[in-house]
Parts: sequence; C-alpha cells; structure tokens
Amino acid sequence: MTITRNSIEDIWGPRTPYRGQWPERSDCNVEGTPEKWVPSACVLCSNGCGVEIGVREGKIVGIRGRSDDRVNRGRLGPKGLYGWKANASPDRLTHPLIQKKGRFQEVSWDEAMDVIVRKSQEVRQQYTAGAIGFYTSGQLFLEEYYTLGVIGKAGLGTPHMDGNTRLCTATSSAALKETFGCDGQPGSYNDIDTTDALFNFGHNVAEQQTVLWMRMLDRLCGANPPKLVVVDPRPVPASLKADVHLAPKPGTNVPVMNGLLHLLIRHGWVDRSYVDAHTIGFEKLEKVVADWTPARVAQVADIPERGLREAAEILGTTPTLVSTLLQGVYQSMQATAAACQVNNLHLLRGLLGRDGCGIYQMNGQPTAQNTRECGADGDLPGFRNWDNPSHIADLARLWNVEPHIIPHWAPPTHAMQIFRYCEQGSIKFLWISGTNPAVSLPDLRRTRRILGQKDLFVVVQDAFMTETASRADVILPAAIWGEKTGCFTNVDRTVHLSRKAIEPPGEARPDLEIFLDYAERMNFRDKDDQPLIKWHTAEEAFEAWKACSRGRPCDYSGMTYERLSSRSGIQWPCNSENPDGTSHLYVDGHFPSDAEYCETYGHDFDSGAAATPERYRAHNPEGRAVIKASDYLPPFEEPDERFPLWLTTGRVVYQFHTRTKTGRVEELQAKAPEPFVEISSQDAADHGIADGERVEVRSRRGYVQMRAKITGIRPGVLFIPFHYGYWDENSHPRAANELTLVEWDPVSKQPHFKCAAVRIGKPGKSGLVPKLVKTFVRKTFG
Amino acid sequence: MNIGVYVRLAHHSETQLAEAFLQVSDHHRDEPDVEETCRLLSSWSKEKSNGIRPFIATYGEPRVNEPETLFSDLFQGPRTGGLALLRDLHDLWLLATEAMISWTVLLQASRALRDEDLEHLCTRHITQTDRQLAWLQTRTKQAAPQALVVA
Repeated sequence: MTITRNSIEDIWGPRTPYRGQWPERSDCNVEGTPEKWVPSACVLCSNGCGVEIGVREGKIVGIRGRSDDRVNRGRLGPKGLYGWKANASPDRLTHPLIQKKGRFQEVSWDEAMDVIVRKSQEVRQQYTAGAIGFYTSGQLFLEEYYTLGVIGKAGLGTPHMDGNTRLCTATSSAALKETFGCDGQPGSYNDIDTTDALFNFGHNVAEQQTVLWMRMLDRLCGANPPKLVVVDPRPVPASLKADVHLAPKPGTNVPVMNGLLHLLIRHGWVDRSYVDAHTIGFEKLEKVVADWTPARVAQVADIPERGLREAAEILGTTPTLVSTLLQGVYQSMQATAAACQVNNLHLLRGLLGRDGCGIYQMNGQPTAQNTRECGADGDLPGFRNWDNPSHIADLARLWNVEPHIIPHWAPPTHAMQIFRYCEQGSIKFLWISGTNPAVSLPDLRRTRRILGQKDLFVVVQDAFMTETASRADVILPAAIWGEKTGCFTNVDRTVHLSRKAIEPPGEARPDLEIFLDYAERMNFRDKDDQPLIKWHTAEEAFEAWKACSRGRPCDYSGMTYERLSSRSGIQWPCNSENPDGTSHLYVDGHFPSDAEYCETYGHDFDSGAAATPERYRAHNPEGRAVIKASDYLPPFEEPDERFPLWLTTGRVVYQFHTRTKTGRVEELQAKAPEPFVEISSQDAADHGIADGERVEVRSRRGYVQMRAKITGIRPGVLFIPFHYGYWDENSHPRAANELTLVEWDPVSKQPHFKCAAVRIGKPGKSGLVPKLVKTFVRKTFG
Repeated sequence: MNIGVYVRLAHHSETQLAEAFLQVSDHHRDEPDVEETCRLLSSWSKEKSNGIRPFIATYGEPRVNEPETLFSDLFQGPRTGGLALLRDLHDLWLLATEAMISWTVLLQASRALRDEDLEHLCTRHITQTDRQLAWLQTRTKQAAPQALVVA
C-alpha cells in the first residue's frame, strides 16, 4: 500500500515553488501492487489531470498522477486520489430495471431496450420527435456525446437536447461566443507558470480545481510571485492569499466589472492599438462604464472604493494576466454580461494569445467541454451555428441526411425549457444520462413533481440509484470511468484518452454501447438507406467526430487514439497545420467572428433577443472580437422583510456534484458528511444562532434543516453546499435546491443558483417529510 | 400642423404596451423568462411613455384612441399555456409594431421641424422598441413549433 501524501488533511500537499517550468510531484494512492497501469485522466473536476489507473486481478486498486502530463505534472487532489474507490461500490447498478407499480424489477437488456424503443416510436408517431427530449451530462466521453448528438439531431430530429452543462458551464460557452464569435478557451494552463497577475472572479479554485490551485500556490510562494485579485462574497482559500479581495453584494458582478473597466479607461491603461486593430464596440463600452465611478460601484456593490482602485491598478498595469471565472459569475445575475466584461478586460489591455495571458471561462465538469463541442447540449456539433444554413448543410452532408431533418428553426431547447415542456406535457419522453436533476436543478419540489408526472416517460442511464433514477420508468445501468474507453477535453483544450481498465460490474454497459444499441433498434437511416450511425467502437466514433470537427475551431483531425496514447494530452486545434496541438488561440488577434464562420450572431444581454443573421452581417466583425457593454440590472428576487437574507450555493472540496461517487468513498464522505449553512457572526448574533446549532433555512420554494457554521462570510449572505440529496439520508429536507428559484440568464439560460431570498431560524417541529426519495434508499456505510 | 396627433399616439401606444407587457408577465408566471423579461420590457415602455410626455404640451393634444381599441381587441382576459403564450407574444408584437411606426413617423416629423430634442428622443425610443421587437421575435420563434405541432 502506497500513499504518497495525506490529501485528506493536507488538501494541496507540499509546495514546489517555481517560476517557469512547474516541477513534478508524483501523487499516488495504491492499495496493493498493481499488475498493470492503464492511462486515463481524472474525472472529478474540469482540470483533466493525467493519471494512470492501477489494476490488479480485474479490480482498480489505485491511482497515480502522470508526471509527464502538462496539466498536473503528477499531482492529484483528494477526490482524484480516492474517487476510484466508488467504482467498486456495492451500490452500483448492475441490471436494467423497469418500474412496475412503484417497484423496480430486474429485466434483461433486450426487455429494457424494447420498452424504450417501443415507447419512443409510439411517442414520435403520435406527437412528432418534438415530444422527445434528452438531458445529458458533463461526465460522459466525447464519443458518447457525439453519438447521442447524431441520434437526436439526425435520427429523431428533436430540438430538445441539453446537458447539465446548462447548470455549470453554459455561461462560459455563451461568453466566449459573444465576445470572440465562437466557443474555445483562449489560453493555456502554462500561462500560470509565468504570469504576473491572477484574477479569480467568483471561482473558488482551491476547492473546485485543487490541482490548478496547487499550481497557483506554487507560483505564489516562488520567486516573483504574481499579484492575486479575488472577487468572492465568501472568505475562500484563495482570498486569504490575495493582494486584493473584493466581497461584493450578490448580483453586482456587472457593476464591479464596469467599475474596474471605468478605472482602466480613466487611467489610460488601455492598449489602443490592440483595441483599434482587433475589436469593435469599444465606444459603446466607454459610454456605459463612464457612469460607473468608484463611488457609485462602492455604493451599489457595497465594497470599499479603495479595494476597487487597488484591484484596477493591478489589472490595469500588469504586463501579463490570467483570469479565471466560475459559478460566482455564471450562476449569478447578468451572468453572460459579467463574464464578457472579463473578456473585455483582456481585450482592452491586449492580454491574449501569448504566454502568461489567458482567460479561463472555467468549466465545472470533466467533460463539459465535449458536451459543448459535440452537440449533445444546446449547441451544434463542431461549434456550428444553428442560424447559418450553410453550417446545417455541412452537417447534413457529413451525416448524409436531408438538411431539414436537423432542427434549426430555433436554437436547441435549453434544459430549463425542456423541463418546462415536460411540465406542460408536450414532452412525453425524457432520457436522462449521467446526471441527477432531482438534486441539481433549482426548485426541487417542482422538479420532483415534473419527474413524477404520469404522462412523462423517464429513462435514466446511470451507475447508481440516484434520487432521479428512483423516479424513472426504466433504468439502464451504465459503466463509468475506468470501465470504458473514450476521450475528454479539459478547460485548456487538452484532450486525454481514457482507456478501459476493468470490466463494468454485472451487466452495466458503456453509454456508447447503449446509444449505439438504441440507434440500431430504432433503425435510423441516412438518405441512401444505410445505417445513420456508421461506427461500432469508441475509436470509430472518434474518427467520425474528427471528420465533423475538421475545419472548425475545435479541430481534432490531427489526433488519433495512437497519438493520444503515445503522449499525455494534446490541445486542440490539432490538424495538419498544428500537428502537435495549439497552446494559445488568437495569437495574431484574429478571432472566429466572421459571419460565415462564427457560432452565434449574438444576443441582447438584457433581454436575450437573438441578433438576426442580416443584422450581424451588416456589422460583420470579420475576425475582430466584439466588445459588448452592459449596464446593471437589479436582481428579480431581492431580500425583503419576510426573506431578509441572500442564499448562495456552491461546493466543498471533498464532494463532487450530488455525491454519487464521492459520497460512497469513506475517506471523502467522512470529511464532509452533511450539509451546513454558512452564516456571518453578525447575522448569527442577530438571529441568536450558535455555531453548530441546528437551524432551518426557508425560501418561497421550500425549506431545509442543517447545522449552522459561523464564518467570515459577507453579512446578509448565507451559503449552503449543493451536493447533498437524499439517497443516504432522507429524514429531513436538506438539499440546497429546495430553496433556489427557477430563473435564468437571458443569454446563457444558466439558472441563478446564487441569488435566492431566504430567512433563517430555529427548526420547526419535524413534521412529515415530503416524499423526497421515491422508492428505496440504500445505506453505504455501516 | 398635425404632429400633436402622433405625439399623443406614441404616448398612448407606449402606455398600453407597458401595461400589456405587465399583463403578459402576470399571466405567464410559470414561464420565468417571460415573466421577468416582460417586466423589464414593460419598464422600457414606461420610460418611453414618460419621455414623450413633455412634448404633448409642446405640440398640443388632439384626443386619439386608436391604440386603446387595439389593446382591447388584442387582450381579452388572461390566458395560460403554450398556445396562449404564443398568442400573447403575437399580440405584444402587434402593439410594439404600432409603437414602432409611431416613433418612425415622429422621427421624420422632428427632422422636418428641426426639433433636435424630439429627434434624439425618437432615435433612442426606436432603438428600445427594436430591442423589444427582437425579443418578441426570438421568443415567438422558440415557442411556435412546440405549441402548434407537438402540444
């Protein structure tokens, strides 16, 4: 047994201070001596750390980081070092199940698939494919998303496909599209190695991407450390190291950014030659931010003027800059507008396309980037534009189908709207793969009601009996990481190939096999009456995807499984011009914004109205970036007398998502066994709440009960981690999303998880608990 | 000079449009984006109607009631559901178009009059009305297939 470090107690491990080349550090956690090591990458956040899976006698016995990997240089975080244990959990689903009269019965794959196929044919015949929806994940592999995308778009022809990426990374994609014309992260993780300043906006990097934070920490304690600016309403590990920490009032990200840009312009910290040559729209921005004086920002966002000025000076004068953003921006008011202001910061200063300069519109999930690239969500494969007929014709040619089969009369339906159509009864068949909306969507009471609707047929494809699966009509047991082969892409465009290390348990099958089986049984055909899906293996699916990506910004055409095996990670675009991949996009200041090439024609940030192709062409940016400005819009639901506090939700380091895996790993679960509500000492005193006391938090949607934790969080704001549902504890409401509200950003359609009005008090007498978990709950430990 | 007719008409159009957006917002609370966006767009119409008000005094005020008729013809009691949403968006679009043509007419007149204040006001209001129409167009396009073909 080898454990190189205690990552549970010392999350980030020993420092290796540096500037330049990040030193290696080999993290490893093995129980027993592996017979072989199988190359893969970690799937417990979006960082994509290169790993090898240790296998002995057909079982995973450990993991180690790959020192030759550009992403982690051998390091792993606590979730990576322990998460593999969940593969062997006794809770794994091992047989297809069909729900009959409230009970699940084990059935054969033939029986289960037969029911699904019959039902989808029946629904399609009676109501068209518009009555069929797919809700997938940020956890499957590229080959699986692409196959699902083709099935939905060219097989069935339904516009209703999205992923849970809508909850986590939709704004990242939207912001990149609005500014640069297309999705695609401009920078490279190597930027951190030399940058002079780091800007974490609403991104609790230390707990979310632990290995990325190790890299930042190593720079911060090395020679010539970068300056660090953190914007977060909570004290987070990064804010404790920050030169400037701003903790604005929820919902005021746009004012903060407008204030920073105001100061940049006023002090002349703008690279006019870059702006003139490579952007359009600066004048409008100048006009909008002119009103955002530090005094006004200080008042609206409730932050000290001095802090804002200090932050602006760092951001305005640093010769290189790496900015990272996540849910604090994406799940707040004016999400896309605020995220784009960070893009604008880099454009104004010309800090893009070279070493040390990067914008990371972060992803939360390991394979979220692929959901976006492959068109399994509200995007089209290869970052194509649904509103551009020539892009649709491209896909139709590639798939050998008539263009009109591919729904493109409106953007693909976003997740919140898919669930609304389910609620209204116009979607009658919903196939959920690898995600747990019964815990992760806002307003869970509503979500449970929708999933339980009689006229909605729900298929759930998962590895565990989640709160969602327990409400399904059919459950398909899925193989997970380590049990199947496929690729996925991290936030700096690094593609890893994850090889199958062991057999899945029981009859569980890889998601790819399930989708292929469905396509065959549905007999989807191209226009020459040949099978629509022409591939049978992951590698063949990858080859098909390469053809689809060719010539698009996310070009994989120069990669092969062999090349991905011979080294650890390749950054797209990788094609004949860039055979070894590409570290930085937009090196020459040329952006994918031309009307013929771009992924979107853009939106009105306030209303979400789509710009028409004609209008976009009339002001064709032709390769320049689009600087968009936005003024402040106050939140829709603000604290009032009845609900005087703000609630924000987020993550803790030891858990991932709804804990389907991490909650079943004893080491991780033991450190974060239950939810808590973080409260400032001032609010705690006002409400007579002691640290550790059980309290009740209530919103207009519902209530939860948990322990209070007094911290340095901004007064007036509460924080609850969103990981906790009911599969292992259902004696009382405790999921953060019992409280959150159903509303979303007008552009990215990402729900506003970070601004609900709530109140806190002593728990009411424990009445009957709402029907939280439908059928059964299995205890994992003890 | 008849410009007063259109000053009044524009004012009425926007007052009605503000009211109509609010009404649709109330009727479609189950569609969070519609509820919130309609409320926002209502506030834009309110601003527009307030903006033109001072010009009523300047240019006289013959009584006109055309938009009122249009409003009552269009919105008859609350409607909910997919098709109802489509019908409401459709009616809002008609009202907003009515407002748009009023501003266009006024803009032309303001130029002939060399009334720069009115001209700037009309230009600004045309931009805002255009944004309202763009949203109505976007949301209508999204709603139509599901409401007409699937539901």
